[in-house]
Amino acid sequence: MSQHYPVLLVTVPLLSAFLISISGWLNKRLCFPIAVAALASASFFSAGLLSKVIHKNVVLYRLGGWAPPWGIAYRVDYLNGLVLVVVSLVALINLISTYRSVEREFSEKLGAFYTLYVLFVTGLLGITVTGDAFNLYVLLEIASLTGYGLIAMGEEDRAPLASLNYVYMGTIGACFYLLGIGYLYIVTGSLNMADISAILPSLYQSRAVLSAFIICMVGVWLKMAFFPLHAWLPNAYTFAPSAASSLIAPLMTKVMVYVMLRLMLTVFTPDFVFSAIDINRSIVWLAVIAISMGAILALTARNLKKMLTYIIVAEVGYMVGGAWLGNRAGMTGAILHLVNDALMTLCVFLVVGNIVYRMKGHSFEDLRGLFRKMPFTMGAFAIGALSIIGVPPTCGFFSKWYLLWGGIQAGHYAFVAALLFSSLVNVVLFFRIFEIGYYESPTEAHGGGHSQGSIEEAPLSMLVPLYLVAVGLVVVGLYTGAIVNNVIRLAVPPGIV
Amino acid sequence: METVTSIKPLLAVLVSLAVTPILVSSRSPNVREAWTFVAAAAKFAIVISMLPVILTGTEIVYTVAEFLPGAAIRFRVDALGMLFAIVSSSLWIVTSAYSIGYMRGLNEHSQTRYFCFFALALSATIGVAFSANLLTLYLFYEMLSFATYPLVTHHQDQEARRSGRKYLFYIVGTSIGLVLPAMVIAYNLSGTLEFSSHGFLTGAGSKPLMSLLLILFIFGFAKAAIMPLHAWLPAAMVAPTPVSALLHAVAVVKVGVFSVVRVLTGVFGIDLLHSLNLGPFIALVASVTILMGSFIALSQNELKRLLAFSTIAQLSYIVLGVGLLSPKGITGGLIHIAMHAFGKITLFFCAGAIFVATGKKNISEMVGIGRRMPITMTAFFVASLSIIGMPPCGGFLSKWYLALGSLEAHQMPILLVLLLSSFLNAAYFMPIVYRAFFCGPQESMFESGVKEAPAFCVVPLVITAAVSIVLLFIPQPFYRLATMMVLKITGA
Repeated sequence: MSQHYPVLLVTVPLLSAFLISISGWLNKRLCFPIAVAALASASFFSAGLLSKVIHKNVVLYRLGGWAPPWGIAYRVDYLNGLVLVVVSLVALINLISTYRSVEREFSEKLGAFYTLYVLFVTGLLGITVTGDAFNLYVLLEIASLTGYGLIAMGEEDRAPLASLNYVYMGTIGACFYLLGIGYLYIVTGSLNMADISAILPSLYQSRAVLSAFIICMVGVWLKMAFFPLHAWLPNAYTFAPSAASSLIAPLMTKVMVYVMLRLMLTVFTPDFVFSAIDINRSIVWLAVIAISMGAILALTARNLKKMLTYIIVAEVGYMVGGAWLGNRAGMTGAILHLVNDALMTLCVFLVVGNIVYRMKGHSFEDLRGLFRKMPFTMGAFAIGALSIIGVPPTCGFFSKWYLLWGGIQAGHYAFVAALLFSSLVNVVLFFRIFEIGYYESPTEAHGGGHSQGSIEEAPLSMLVPLYLVAVGLVVVGLYTGAIVNNVIRLAVPPGIV
Repeated sequence: METVTSIKPLLAVLVSLAVTPILVSSRSPNVREAWTFVAAAAKFAIVISMLPVILTGTEIVYTVAEFLPGAAIRFRVDALGMLFAIVSSSLWIVTSAYSIGYMRGLNEHSQTRYFCFFALALSATIGVAFSANLLTLYLFYEMLSFATYPLVTHHQDQEARRSGRKYLFYIVGTSIGLVLPAMVIAYNLSGTLEFSSHGFLTGAGSKPLMSLLLILFIFGFAKAAIMPLHAWLPAAMVAPTPVSALLHAVAVVKVGVFSVVRVLTGVFGIDLLHSLNLGPFIALVASVTILMGSFIALSQNELKRLLAFSTIAQLSYIVLGVGLLSPKGITGGLIHIAMHAFGKITLFFCAGAIFVATGKKNISEMVGIGRRMPITMTAFFVASLSIIGMPPCGGFLSKWYLALGSLEAHQMPILLVLLLSSFLNAAYFMPIVYRAFFCGPQESMFESGVKEAPAFCVVPLVITAAVSIVLLFIPQPFYRLATMMVLKITGA
């Protein structure tokens, strides 16, 4: 059974999505349990796969028994083993946490929502597990299309428009990726990643290969909202229903960062990316701009959710920059930050979900007096905020440490400065929120905090998962050493020093 | 250096953290305060139980998690950490009693939050004291910054909001903007962050780079309030007085100075500072702060602001002592951690007691207060003698050693700075005491008759004032610990 984990990881959620769709017509109350079962088993499979990778070796799976490069191969190594666990766990926790708000917002459309939800996760898991460049595109489209649907379900009038904008940009991004893979196919005659990687070295000087690489990169950057290709993200994530944004925001950009890393490390080897072509310092400069602009744009937001989406734009810059520094510390930082940022983003977006559930809004005005009204939610928010700022012992500090270290080793001081700048801006951003929640009372704009409001916390079913994540931020931080030593150290190719 | 492994340092840090759930959930204020005392006493007991081991020259080590080679979350209790931990954990007990008197006396809101974050802040302080490396120190330093924010802004009004912003701007801005990059650079140069008795940066880089790192570290730990990064401290005086007393005379500011001392001795090492001739620079920065702080204090009318500027000046004595790079000077600096703590906390307690009993904050309104509150003002007098550095108070001892140190280092200007500063201290403290006691009945601003603050306020300040005197005659264990530390870092 365990040798079939790679394929079960994708097929179980895929088939469950159909089941959910059917039960949406027959008995709506079954949708949620089926979704939980599907994602719980996905988490089980991915955990099993990661432990298999750690204890034995890379897991290879031939779909339908066809040998690669003709058949599709699924391949799990240290890099995607880790990402799989993150994706499936984040999706599962968010699913449980948002049960109440989904029930309230989509009582008529439960079947549709959970179908899209599970299909979206299927797509992400597939992107991560596959070892086939074209198959990745197919699954990317599954994730994207369901993502558009989830965002368009938002209650606000602007949700469909935001989603449409995302459809345009996302489609362009996916097309770029497909075009790049097309180039690669023309040159190498293969779609299997390992196979392409073996054929490419003799073609490193080819213009077609260079074009393929750059076109693929641009496509992936568009999908991960790498500044200045980020314009679709803030609105899409802000106007999405809270249960969807706390799923998509932590995962979509991170999985696309994974795709970038996969392209850089496996399909085009580090030899090509850092030696054969000399662009990595310029890309880090782009990341510097992305980080700075993300931070500055976040300062302009007057709405909690919008602010968080711009922080995501800055965080994408962290990971792209770290990966392109071209040294081990930077790459370790990028991979570690991928994990950490997924958890941090989940934490703060779950908080937004709780706030929306109680306050029916997420603009700054809705946050007044929130420390008194929702002390536990805000407590978790504080932990998430400290992690995003990068305060030890939360996990955000440790990945930032590796990124800073990588920047200093590479002598790229602008990147170091940008990271520090963004951390300081994050302090401003989050303490502005804290100030509103702490000093201002809901009735009057500028009053003392002496008014005695009553506590109106979110239900326990939302708080418990939230605290699981918040405490997880600290636990992951404390276990950074173990994660780096047992997984990430081995995920970074030995060629990168 | 002999070491033993023991979980005690971790327990000392966690014991106040552990009671916070109890503090949050308890409905009765008496139960809540009882638990605060239990935690404070337990913390002090754990700290003291490690003292005999430390005095034999052994160090206690405990590793929580290792995240990079050479950069773990690890505790190491040595003489310097022990000195600081004893000071802050013993004063927490006293301050807890004082807090009860003060907070209940003024019927303050959100007392539960207050006691919780106080406990958190103390955890962080002990964590800094026992840190074995820069990473752990940074962790607890930051934890302290964020745990004290709700205490500083306790009143939740517009002034608190402004001061809170200023507080974070200086404290967090510098720790992320200066210390964090300095730490990563140091790690990149030497591959470790572990404090060692002769520093770990010897031979790691050129003089300009070392000077840059030194500047980043000295100014990065802005809790030390070295000018020009001192402005947060007077602003933070909007906090309730027990917070000002413990955190802004003992824990927070001393954590800043302690961090600077640790970096100077454990990261750079006295030998390296000698060979790069960086001592005079440190002494200069400290001297400027000492004199400027005292001059500004002269012009203050609000008592707590005066004490804040006095603190800024006194903190730099400790930095100055280490900057002298001579054994006597360092000894003086280190025992000043303890001497200043007991003196200054008494002064803050007095300021708070006056506020609770009369509602007065300004010195100009305190004419004749000595007859109204004789116990409080006598304690104030004793403590100000200690800060000036006169016998019969402990402050004399630290200033004596600092003066000896400046002779030992052949730094005559420093001696002048010390003398001038003592003179200035007397110039801003003595008029307050004089006008409190010596004034005609018609000049007095208070009705006749003795009316002190509640006992919970008065007893603590009497205790700390008494300790200030006792410390001149029995300066143990602080003197012993300081000399042990000096022996270790100078290798003599």
